[in-house]
Amino acid sequence: MTSTESLIDRKQLAYIASQAADARLNVELETEGMTLNIGPQHPATHGTLRIIAHLDGEQVVWAEPSCGYMHRGYEKLTEVRTYPQVTSLVNRIDWLGSFANEVPFILAAEKLMGVEAPPRAQWIRTILFELSRIANVSLFLGDLGVQLGAVTPVFMAFRDREHVLNLIEAATGGRFHPNFDRIGGLKDDLPEGFIDETRAVMKKLRNFCTEMEDLLFGNEIFQSRTRGIGVIPKDIAMQYGLSGANLRACGVDWDLRRDQSLPMAWDKVDWKVWTHPDGDSFARCWIRLQEVRESTLIVDQLLKSIPSGPVMAKVPRIIKVPEGEAWVSTENPLGEMGYYVVSKGDLGPFRTKIRSASFNNISIVPWVLKGVYVPDIITILASLYFILGDIDR
Amino acid sequence: MPKIPGLLKGLGVTLNTLKRTALDGANTVQYPHEKEAPPLRARGVIALHEDNCTSCMLCVRSCPDWCIYIEGHKELAPPRRAGGKPRQVNKLDRFDIDYALCMYCGICVEVCPFDALFWSPEYEYSEPNLADLLHDKVKLGEWMATVPEAPAYEVGADKKGKK
Amino acid sequence: MSALLAADLPYWVQSLLRVLGGVVAVLLPAGAIVYLFLFKMMSFMQSRLGPMEAGPYGSMQLFAEVGKWLQKEDITPERADRVIFKIAPLVVLASTFLLVAVVPFGPDAWFTNFEAGVFYMLAVSSVSVLGILIAGWSSANKYSLLGGLRAAGQLIAYELPMVLAVIGVIIQAGTMNLQGIVLAQNTGEMFGWNGLGNPYILTQFTGFIIFMIAVQAELTQTPFDMPIAESELVSGYMTEYSGFRFLTFFIAEFATAGVFSFIASVLFLGGWGVPFAWFGWTDIDSVDNWMNVVGPLIMFGKMMLLSFVIMWVRFSYPRFREDQLQRFAWKVLVPISLVNIMVTAILKVAL
Repeated sequence: MTSTESLIDRKQLAYIASQAADARLNVELETEGMTLNIGPQHPATHGTLRIIAHLDGEQVVWAEPSCGYMHRGYEKLTEVRTYPQVTSLVNRIDWLGSFANEVPFILAAEKLMGVEAPPRAQWIRTILFELSRIANVSLFLGDLGVQLGAVTPVFMAFRDREHVLNLIEAATGGRFHPNFDRIGGLKDDLPEGFIDETRAVMKKLRNFCTEMEDLLFGNEIFQSRTRGIGVIPKDIAMQYGLSGANLRACGVDWDLRRDQSLPMAWDKVDWKVWTHPDGDSFARCWIRLQEVRESTLIVDQLLKSIPSGPVMAKVPRIIKVPEGEAWVSTENPLGEMGYYVVSKGDLGPFRTKIRSASFNNISIVPWVLKGVYVPDIITILASLYFILGDIDR
Repeated sequence: MPKIPGLLKGLGVTLNTLKRTALDGANTVQYPHEKEAPPLRARGVIALHEDNCTSCMLCVRSCPDWCIYIEGHKELAPPRRAGGKPRQVNKLDRFDIDYALCMYCGICVEVCPFDALFWSPEYEYSEPNLADLLHDKVKLGEWMATVPEAPAYEVGADKKGKK
Repeated sequence: MSALLAADLPYWVQSLLRVLGGVVAVLLPAGAIVYLFLFKMMSFMQSRLGPMEAGPYGSMQLFAEVGKWLQKEDITPERADRVIFKIAPLVVLASTFLLVAVVPFGPDAWFTNFEAGVFYMLAVSSVSVLGILIAGWSSANKYSLLGGLRAAGQLIAYELPMVLAVIGVIIQAGTMNLQGIVLAQNTGEMFGWNGLGNPYILTQFTGFIIFMIAVQAELTQTPFDMPIAESELVSGYMTEYSGFRFLTFFIAEFATAGVFSFIASVLFLGGWGVPFAWFGWTDIDSVDNWMNVVGPLIMFGKMMLLSFVIMWVRFSYPRFREDQLQRFAWKVLVPISLVNIMVTAILKVAL
């Protein structure tokens, strides 16, 4: 008995001694941490997001996004504007996919008023929605290259996105801020030649996707930079409220376009929701690439089946929305975007809550950046894909 | 080992683009020398048809950022036919749009009940000074010449759907 | 050049001519690379035309840019180490000028021709590490510091594969003199056939590839541009530099690309020479004098070819991460180049 006891004692003593030696060594070799402010003015944050990263060497000890540098107070602004004015404001939230911002707000207002847009308006809405998704995400694909050091993809993205913007401009009059959606329908019908032009452009966009696959996604350097970097497990992603492609990349089959029944035309066409089991940066980028291609296919099908008829339902000239509350969210290019509109029967909303996708998407940053290297911060931020206007609103 | 193809394919894409640019020309436009024509619906600048304006202030009130300034007065015009009573007309003294504030939403054009405001695709009116972007009714009237005819509609459109 | 003039010119004229020649040999390739590849080729690869306004097809753009940079204010950060901050770009540029000193451009057109040319070249090329490191340190900027440290780590790591890749050439040529290596390639024969000479790109293909990868890394071009990394480190060690000092870094970057391409063409592509059998030459003394004019042109052509590849890769690839880059150097390039040396040595002895 005693012998074993002393043996344990000796073992413990040796352990304690080794621990003490380690501690001494650690004190001797301890390096001072460094706080690196990435942003608010930094090329990787495309806007004014600030990431406070505490580094040990090049490794991140903790990181925290600090947002609000671009807060424009849209929720408060909507309270002092009329409904038609609000649409021109909210399409500045996610400025790359601006038409998609108008749709959920208009749908919420329509829900309160009990009107539904005529089928042709629904079709055109869906087409423009998907076009703005393509414009948004194709720029992401190019931007991704720049973040990872490849200079060429961004120019290719700008080149082919230009065609989509031209289409949006031809139909709505505004390249970035269409302000085309009205309560009860659309401002105007499509101009002549739009359908043929769109078909040609969709073909170009599919070429662009193939080019991106060859140039960027197939590149071994790109894969080694993104595969296994910033892995977000399914449950963590759900806890942080990720949405859109970020969530689908974690293997969650969730797409509001399919899972919701809205007065839009998505359920009239045949398309696929892409998911990826990995949840790493590569999966997020890959999902977005597939979604651009899928969107071009959706647009093609919608163009084929577009019904004829009016684009505006009967609504009064001065819009007063009856009292009530409504929540509508759609699957925007960045993820779930929704508006909770409270109306007291006035010309404008009484209160609006805007749920924008990017704000929730970057809330996972402190979790996912822990322990990664500085270059990977950029990869992960790029692949999470946020638009500053969408974060700060 | 699939290591080589991915890297080589990337080189191929850039080389192809190089070839295409050299043979078919670039996708860019050398701006001051050649210009792209914007679509007919493009919201470039707001033109004013002064005779139609009754200074009803609808556009001023509906503008989300209050960038339209209108002043007017009433005056008596000679009667339409001889012996009649003189008419009362609204005379426009000032119609200014501050393009530094304007966000090109187009609500004013839409609400105008007398067809006095139009969109023109004209876009070359930048100024070195911010204050110079406040344009008066003379300048807005000059842009009337650049307003195009509304484009025809796509197949299947209901023509009555127009504003 | 210098040997031609050695006979009847006073020493100071010779020195002046050498300095002038050196400036031309450094700046001409730099200018050609910047205009042809950085401005035009990159733009064409991205479906645009690049600069078109300054001169015909924008050919004067470079002068416009230099003029712009010279006009800019020369800013030194308040807490920077002033003296070191100011000399750092010059150290980097000096390394380029020292490099070009040993490159032979023709049978008599060289600046210096000394026996341990390869050794000198490899030694001098790492002087630029010093400049980059002190630039990063003295800028008093965290991004610059990270960039400088990354650059130092990377350049030292890739120095080794470069040295080892060159050793294969040295073994095969049997000399460390660059002029000797050119001769060995052009007088050599492959399996008894001397129509092409024996450019070492064929026999030392592995060495060539490793050398070019190492050159890409030494130049900190994509995919090895981690130290500059404008999207994360905001140009790394160059962040705080402006005006003339930034211009110096810029020139050094592209001039070094040109000089390394010169060296690579000397080591692997036969340098200034044409296969001597074409004109019935046997050794360096029998080479006709006109090669002193044609030789530099041949060198320039080969340099442009290699720079094209360097820039092509630069515009097509994303960049490595620092640790991947180190792993690639130590675990892939170094072992392969060691094997290459062994095989070369064995074959050299056996044949």
